[in-house]
Order: sequence, then structure tokens, then C-alpha cells
Amino acid sequence: MREFFSNLFTNYYETAAMILFGIGFTTLLMHRNLVKKIIGFNFMDSAIYLFLAAKGYIAGRLAPIITDGNTDPSNYVNPIPTGLVLTGIVVSVSVTAFMLALTCRLYDRFHTLDIDEITYLARKERD
Amino acid sequence: MAFVQNFPFMTIVFSLTCGVFCAVLRGKWAKRLCLAWLAVTFAMSLSVLVYTLKSGGYYIYRMGKWDAPWGNEIRVGILEALMASVFSGVMLLSVLGGLHHIFEDCEAEKTNLYFTMISLLMSSLFALIYTNDLFTGYVFVEINTIASCALVMLKSSSKTLVATTRYLIMSLLGSGLFLLGIVILYGITGELLMESIGAKVQEIFAQGEYSLPITVIIGLFSVGLAVKSALFPFHSWLPDAHGSATASSSAVLSGLVLKGYIILLIKIFYRVFGLEIIVSERVSNFLFLFGALAMICGSIGALRERDLKRMLAYSSVAQIGYIYVGIGMHSDIGMTAACVQILAHAITKPMLFICSGGFMDVSGGHKGMASITGAGLRDPLGGAAFTVGALSMTGIPFFAGFVTKLTLTEGALETSTPMMVMALGAIAVSTLLNALYYIPVIFNLFTKPKDGAYSSLRARYTPAYAGALTVFIALNLGFGIFSQSVVDAVSRGLAMFGI
Repeated sequence: MREFFSNLFTNYYETAAMILFGIGFTTLLMHRNLVKKIIGFNFMDSAIYLFLAAKGYIAGRLAPIITDGNTDPSNYVNPIPTGLVLTGIVVSVSVTAFMLALTCRLYDRFHTLDIDEITYLARKERD
Repeated sequence: MAFVQNFPFMTIVFSLTCGVFCAVLRGKWAKRLCLAWLAVTFAMSLSVLVYTLKSGGYYIYRMGKWDAPWGNEIRVGILEALMASVFSGVMLLSVLGGLHHIFEDCEAEKTNLYFTMISLLMSSLFALIYTNDLFTGYVFVEINTIASCALVMLKSSSKTLVATTRYLIMSLLGSGLFLLGIVILYGITGELLMESIGAKVQEIFAQGEYSLPITVIIGLFSVGLAVKSALFPFHSWLPDAHGSATASSSAVLSGLVLKGYIILLIKIFYRVFGLEIIVSERVSNFLFLFGALAMICGSIGALRERDLKRMLAYSSVAQIGYIYVGIGMHSDIGMTAACVQILAHAITKPMLFICSGGFMDVSGGHKGMASITGAGLRDPLGGAAFTVGALSMTGIPFFAGFVTKLTLTEGALETSTPMMVMALGAIAVSTLLNALYYIPVIFNLFTKPKDGAYSSLRARYTPAYAGALTVFIALNLGFGIFSQSVVDAVSRGLAMFGI
């Protein structure tokens, strides 16, 4: 048990990332306010990027951009995790934009951001 | 290298390009470009299928000729080529069948965007079928999500807006879990290509290390993709989204989009983990259980529904259950049944949705059971196609759905006793329920309405609608009659699917 906690503490980046992921996931799933849902989604994705970036960083090494003719790979970190983070950011930005646009249209129509109320109003409109 | 080998890559990239062009063209020209391109992708996929069947093996296409650890890969075998051919063909037919609805349901200046989304969706489906790289898979999963949500949303009404929101939120939860799985797996293995990860995972697993993380990762992948493909407890978003969209959108979403994720999941099971690890982690048992529940609960949901399109959507939930039961049997024949079901459902459900669009035309735009009474008489071709589709779903011999049920039953007989009893029971109950909700609809369609409602309305058969339905009927019968060669091709494809 003690080892478990000390491991959690040593890998504090990963621990923090998982906690943030949980917060984001729960907000996206449970929160009634659409804008807060979007914030939750961004929390969730950022937590994953934090996890990746923390995994990809090796203390004392540089980003793999050669400036002074030093081509020894042991001076540099692996660029793939950072590349994945950048790709992931592009994806989550576009999804966020889509969701915000959708939220704007919902607000225009129903004048509320509460998803339960919107569902209720839409159902009433149908009947 | 034969020129044909470039085709899978071309179908993916040029579909994206086609989407970009559609975004700047006017509606009519976007339609022509998109349909022409879909026909070309269909031809390309077919020639790839012929090529793989002839060469009898798979090939790996390296993007930019970079070798394994650095480059991105496409892997093409018989199964992939077969899926791609069926998907592109069904996509073309679904768009053709609902063509006039698209122009009626979308705002006039936005119709070109509909075709943009169709192109993007086609591209992402091809990519999910062919890709050999997990992160590429994730990116195309998200493209798929955005495109399919937009397809629901383009018919602008309160109902579709709410349905899109729920669909989007559930999809994002699913892809969040999926991404987390990829990232943890990458943290353990340091690879992104499926084969390389597979080799490392086998090594790690043999040493007995990281057994808990591997269980968690398999769970994350399964739950993430199950949410996106609407497996039973996560299906609540599906009936709204598929029931309220325009006919072509419902057809494409139900018939193809859900399957794209399942194909990715099957690839992950085969290539990344290998079936032995999946079985030893007991994940397949859970998928089997939820699949069996989905078969029954989806059918009960459909039975209670008084709205034709929502009924079809619930029926999709049940049909997705069949696929997961096949996967959960963790045998080759079970997996074959799952893949056959993917194909059979992909050619049947879009036909039913296109018919329901036609029935709405001759019933004053309503889709309640009471309104569509006699719609089969006012739209005979639609009625015939719906009858074929419904009989196929019920599992009458010589139709596509029968092949699945037969293969699935064969698979069930090979499993352990409790699983066999459950599988056979679920198949029997679900077939009975299918008959209980499809057969009354057929009768309803061909009964003269008492009050003579809408009796003056007659279906106008545009060449696109009539042609699409005819081809769909022919496909369904062809699939049922030449089932043995399809099943053979699928099992040959699956044999070369693994690591």
C-alpha cells in the first residue's frame, strides 16, 4: 500500500493527468450546462496531452531541432509524443468549435443552455 | 508494385479532397462531383478486392516509403477490400436513394455541405478499414464523429439539434476513452503501428508484467468504441439521432458509421492484442453478454415504438448486438459471423431507411405507424423493398439476414455449454421479436387505410430512388443466394487478419 502511494507521488504528472481526466469526463457526462460540458471536454483532452507530454519528456534533453551541429540522438527527446499532442490539439479544437456552434444554435432556439430543459422543450414542441 | 495497390490510399485522400471541393461548389455541382467520386471509389475498391482475391494475400502500403517504426502504413487484405467495396457501394446507393429528400430537408444554400460531409465520412470509413496505425485511427474516428453529427444536424429542426447534441456528447466520451487507451498503450510499448505494438504486447504479456494496465487498456478500447457503436447500455443516443435525420443520413449512419468503429475494434483485438490475450482477460465475455442483451432489449425497444424510423433505429441496436455476440464467441467462426453480419446489415438497413423516406413522401411527411398505413400500395417499389428488408432482418432463408443467423448459430454450437445456451436463446428470442415487429409493419403497409387518407398521393419514382431500391433488393437476394462465397471470402480474409 505504501509503495502504491509512493509510486503515485513519484509519477505525479501522470496522477494529476488521470485526476484531471476524471474531472473532465464527469463534467462532460453529468453537467447540465452545455458550455460547462464543453469546458469539461477540453479538460479531458488536455489531461491526455499532459499525460503524453509528461511521458515524452526526459529531463535534461532538448527538443529534436539541430541548431549547433550536434546530431547525437542521446541529447534529444523523442519527437513523436509531442507530435501526437499537436495532432490531438488540432482535433480537439475542431470538435470544440463544432460543439460551440451547435450550442449557439441551441441557445438561439431555446434561450437556455441547460440540456435537460432543452430536451424537455424540444419534446414539448414535438407533441 | 502494381498500380492497383495505390487505390486504397487514393480512395482515402481523394475523398478528403472531394469534400474540400464540394464545400466551395454550388449544391447541384457538389452533388454531381460527390456521386461521381463515390462511383469511382466503388470501382477502385472492387478492383482492389479482385486483386487481393487473385494474389491471395495482403500487402502493406507504406506512406511516403518510410519504413516501419517511422512511417504510417495501410494494410490491405481480402476482408478490408470486401468491406470497402460494400461500404462505398452502399454509400453511393444511400445517397442516390434519398437524393430528393436531401434537397428538400437541407437549406438551399447548404446542400453542398451535405455532400462535403458525405465525402469526409467516406474518407474516414476507408481510413478506419485500411489503417494500420492506431493514432491515425483516432484522428479518423474524430473526423467520422464530426461528419456524422453534421449529417444529422443538416436537417434543421429542434429535434435534430437536440439529437445531434446528445450524439456528439456520447461520441466525445467514447473517443476520449479510446484516446486515453492509445496513450497509455503508447506509454507502455512506445509504438503506434498495430503490428509493432502487437509484438511488444505479446512480449510484455509473456513476462507477466503490466497485466493490470493491459486489462485497463483493453477495457478503455472496448468501452470507448462500444459507446460510439451504440452497444446496448450505451445506445440511448441512437434512436433520436437516427430517427430524426433525413433518409440518406439515417441510412448511412445506421448502415455504415456504426460498423466503422466495430471494424477498428476487431482490428485492435486481432492485431494489437491477439485473441488469446482478449480471451484470457475475459473482455470478450462482457462483449458477448452485452451483445446478447442488446439483441433482446433492442428488439423490445423496437416493438414498443410507434414511429417507423425510430423502430428501425432500435432494430439497429439489436443488430449491433448480433455483431458483438459474434465477436464475443472468441472463435474464428464467431468472428466470421460478426463480419458477415456487418456486411448483411450494411446492405439491409440502409434500404429500409430509404424506403421509410419514400413512405414519408406518400404519407404527408409523417412517419407514425398510423400514417403510413397503405403506404406500400401508394409506393409499390418501396413496399417491395421494405418487405425484402424486413424478411431479411427476420432471417428468412434466401435473404441476407439469414446468412448471419446461420453462421452465428454454427458459431454458437462450437462454444462452451452456458455460452451456447445463452447465444441460441438470444438468437431465438430476438428472431421471434424481429418477426413480431416487422411482420405487422408489412401488413400495415399493404392495408388500405379505412379513412382513405393520402389515397391521392402517389410515389414519384425518380431514376435515382427507383434505381437505388432495385439494386438494394438485388444485392440482398444476391447476398442470400451466393452466401457461401461471401462467407468463404470473409473467413479467408480473417485468416490473414491477425499478426
